[in-house]
Amino acid sequence: MNIVSARNIHKRFGQQEVLKGVSVAANRGDVISILGSSGSGKSTFLRCINLLETPDAGEITVAGERIVLGAGRAARSTRLRRQIDRMRGELAMVFQSFNLWSHLTILENLIEGPVHVQKRARAECIAEAEALLEKVGIADKRDHYPAHLSGGQQQRAAIARALAMRPQALLFDEPTSALDPELVGDVLRVMRALAEEGRTMLVVTHEMSFARSVSNRVMFLHRGQVEAEGPPDELFRDPPTERFRQFISGHR
Amino acid sequence: MPSAGEFGFLAATLGELLAALPVTLGLFLASIALGGVLAAGLTWVRLRGAPWIARLVRAYVFVFRGSPLLIQMFLVFYGLAQFPAVRHGMLWPVLRNPFACAVIALALCTAAYTAEIFRGALLAVPVQQIEAGRACGMSGWLLLRRIIAPLALRQALPAYSTEIVLMVKSTSLASLVTVWEVTGVALRIISTTYKTLEVFMCAAAIYLLLNFAILRLIAVLEYRLSPQLRAAAPAARRAGAAAP
Repeated sequence: MNIVSARNIHKRFGQQEVLKGVSVAANRGDVISILGSSGSGKSTFLRCINLLETPDAGEITVAGERIVLGAGRAARSTRLRRQIDRMRGELAMVFQSFNLWSHLTILENLIEGPVHVQKRARAECIAEAEALLEKVGIADKRDHYPAHLSGGQQQRAAIARALAMRPQALLFDEPTSALDPELVGDVLRVMRALAEEGRTMLVVTHEMSFARSVSNRVMFLHRGQVEAEGPPDELFRDPPTERFRQFISGHR
Repeated sequence: MPSAGEFGFLAATLGELLAALPVTLGLFLASIALGGVLAAGLTWVRLRGAPWIARLVRAYVFVFRGSPLLIQMFLVFYGLAQFPAVRHGMLWPVLRNPFACAVIALALCTAAYTAEIFRGALLAVPVQQIEAGRACGMSGWLLLRRIIAPLALRQALPAYSTEIVLMVKSTSLASLVTVWEVTGVALRIISTTYKTLEVFMCAAAIYLLLNFAILRLIAVLEYRLSPQLRAAAPAARRAGAAAP
């Protein structure tokens, strides 16, 4: 069964139709890289999956819970809002610019969601958060504030924060695009370890080597549609379309 | 060189003025509390309400920031009493009381300024941090309480401290609607002793000390709330201590 699926997502901003019916389905343990040049709609698509953008039409299923969006669906109804909040808890998001809460220490950032959204016991959350910080290699930054960390450390903290929610799947929105080249490696190493653990991940990225060697499926978006899709070996060895060939040759 | 008699007068004056300090403090605290609550409501409506009611709030802010506080106070105290409906209404026991009228006028005025401070602070909260809250399942009150309000408070504090100090000084206007607070008592002493300079100096010193204490308190609060702006805390200092 799919852990996350989005079917036929449409989204327009004013006159511009950004997504023209994009679908994805991830099973447990899938690592799906979403590629595309800027303006292809890949980030918008990812944000539609956890409804940070509200799609104009489409259907999203997370861990068996289904949300259908379309004309006439009031996004403001309390029932739907609760459902969206619940669903977002299952889909932790890692942002391009980290988005750590600046008024909380790293540890407080990690336990914020578990304690206040999921209402789990504080002591248990702290123990788990410490283990996660250990895992991403910044245990010593526990009591520092985000502003005191380097970009790479902040992004690893953000990944730990996402994991602390015990999500069904992780969404990454260009997690290395805001980092200095020498810091990218640390973050990618953590992501690779997560993939090897069998985490379900959807990753919008420009890192071709990551897409190629870590993910088991690649989606290439162009102008709001899926232009190519498949296992990375096949796709990179034998590009199905001319545009995808150009895209990967431009990113080597 | 002032004589012993003059020192005696100054001491007596200070004593009399300090006896009126609770009234000044009462005016200040009541109007800041009431004005703060009103400002929170105004800000909410301005940012989230229907367009017509948001425009109404803008008009309110314009009127109360744009006209003199003294005239507002006169209108509340002397103006409203002209209407028989008010004199015979339910609120008359409140509106015939000079202290209550002064508090109402001060609160209405500070609410207009404070609403603008709150609005600016809310708009300055980084969207990304709000989004991170939404992404982990927060919404509504929880998001406001845990993420938006703490970040906005830190933004608002410097401007709000100025507003608070202005309010302490504005309470002196209440003397003109017959409230016996520090300035009112000073005027009364002067009317019998004609020692304008000495008495007003004593009154000014009291306001100065009061504002000094308030500003120190706010500075401490600001310092406590902004550890993220200081140099990295040594991990050892807080290690072991559970997060607050």
